[in-house]
Amino acid sequence: MHLSPKSLIDTVGGTPLRRLSAVGAHLPAEVELYGKVEAYNPGGSVKDRPARQIILDAIERGELGPGVSLLDSTSGNTGVAYAMIGAALGIEITLVMPSNVSEARKDIVQAYGAKLIYSDPLYGSDGAIELAQEIASGPDAARYWYADQYSNPSNPLAHELTTAKEIWEDTGGRVTHFVAGLGTTGTITGTSRGLKKFNADVQVVAVQPDSSFHGLEGLKHLDSSIVPAIYDPSAHDEQLFVNTDDGWDMAERLAQEEGLAVGYSSGAAVVGALRVAEQLSSGVVVTILCDHADRYIARPVARKRRS
Amino acid sequence: MAVKIGIPTALRKLVGGKDEIEVEAASVKEAIDGIRASFPELAQQLVDDAGKLRRFVIIYLNDEDIRFLDGIDTAISEGDDLTIVPAIAGGV
Repeated sequence: MHLSPKSLIDTVGGTPLRRLSAVGAHLPAEVELYGKVEAYNPGGSVKDRPARQIILDAIERGELGPGVSLLDSTSGNTGVAYAMIGAALGIEITLVMPSNVSEARKDIVQAYGAKLIYSDPLYGSDGAIELAQEIASGPDAARYWYADQYSNPSNPLAHELTTAKEIWEDTGGRVTHFVAGLGTTGTITGTSRGLKKFNADVQVVAVQPDSSFHGLEGLKHLDSSIVPAIYDPSAHDEQLFVNTDDGWDMAERLAQEEGLAVGYSSGAAVVGALRVAEQLSSGVVVTILCDHADRYIARPVARKRRS
Repeated sequence: MAVKIGIPTALRKLVGGKDEIEVEAASVKEAIDGIRASFPELAQQLVDDAGKLRRFVIIYLNDEDIRFLDGIDTAISEGDDLTIVPAIAGGV
C-alpha cells in the first residue's frame, strides 16, 4: 500500500471533470459538455481554492500569524474553507454570516473551531460584508486580519493558477467555452485570465440570477448589489441570466439523471452552459459545479432557524 | 389582527422602499392574501401562479421558520411578526 504524505493544503484542487451526457443528450456528438466537480475538494466546495491562496499569501506577507484572527464575511462555502484550513494551520478564524444560512453550514464551521458572528438576514450577504467591514475598522481592529474575499486579488489568482490549468490539461487543450456563475467573481475573473493565456480564443460566459430576489445561493445579481472590487467585466465575453426555478430544477435533474447531487448555483451554471452548448455545432464547454446538495437540504425536525 | 411583515432589501423597491409593511391576518395564508390585495407586485415575487409559496422563499413567524410550524396554515397571534427572506443570503 502506498501512503501519500500530503498535507491538507496539497489536497485542494485536482478535481475531476464529469461529462454531462444525460442532461446534454440532445447536443450534437461534436459538442462536449463537462462539469468540474468541486465538491471533491477537502472542504466540499470550489472555495477551498481561493481560501487556500488568500491564507498562504497572507502568511507569506507576514499579515497572518499567532495572535491574529482571520476575519471575513461569507454565506457559507468560503467560511467552511477558511475554518478547515485555519484548523489545519493553527490560525484562528472569525466569520460573519447572515443568520439565515443553512444549519449545515453553521454546524460545519463550528466543528472546525471557527467563531461565528451573525448579521441581519434581511440585509443578505451585503449586510454581512458591511458588518465585517465595521468590525475590521472598529475598536478591536488589531485583533483581526480582514481577508475580504470580494476584494482580495489572491481570490482570482487561485483560479488563474489552479482551476484554469486543470481545465486546460484535462481537456487536452481542447476547451472552447468556460461557463461559471458570478459570486465574488473570482472564478470567472481568474479562470478567464488563466485560460485565455493558454488560448485567447476561449469564450468565457458569466451566469447571474435573473432577479435581485433569488434563490441561487452563492451567486450575485450585480446590478442590485455591492460589486466586488476584484470583478473584471472584460473577463467574460458574454453574460447570461438564469431564473431561480430553472436553476433548482436543473440541480434536481443533475442528481436524478447524472448521479450528481449539486447545489443550486451549480444547477444555474449548467442551465447557462446548456444554453451555450445548444448554439454550437462543435466545441468543448466546461462549467463549474461549485458544491454538493448536502449543504442545502433542510432537516425535517422542528428547530429554531433564526438566532 | 394587524401583523407587521419585515421585507428583505431586494424587495423593498416593490413596497415604496419600506423595510416593513402591515396587513390584517390571523394566519400566514391570510397574510399572503393580504399582500396580494395590497401589494400585488410583491406577491408576484413570493408566490407562483398557483398561489403556492415559491420554493426558496422562507417566512419566519417571530424566530421560527414556518416550514417547521404549520406552513402557510400557521396561526398568527397578537404581537407576532413575520419576516420574509430568500432561503439564502445571496453571496459566497
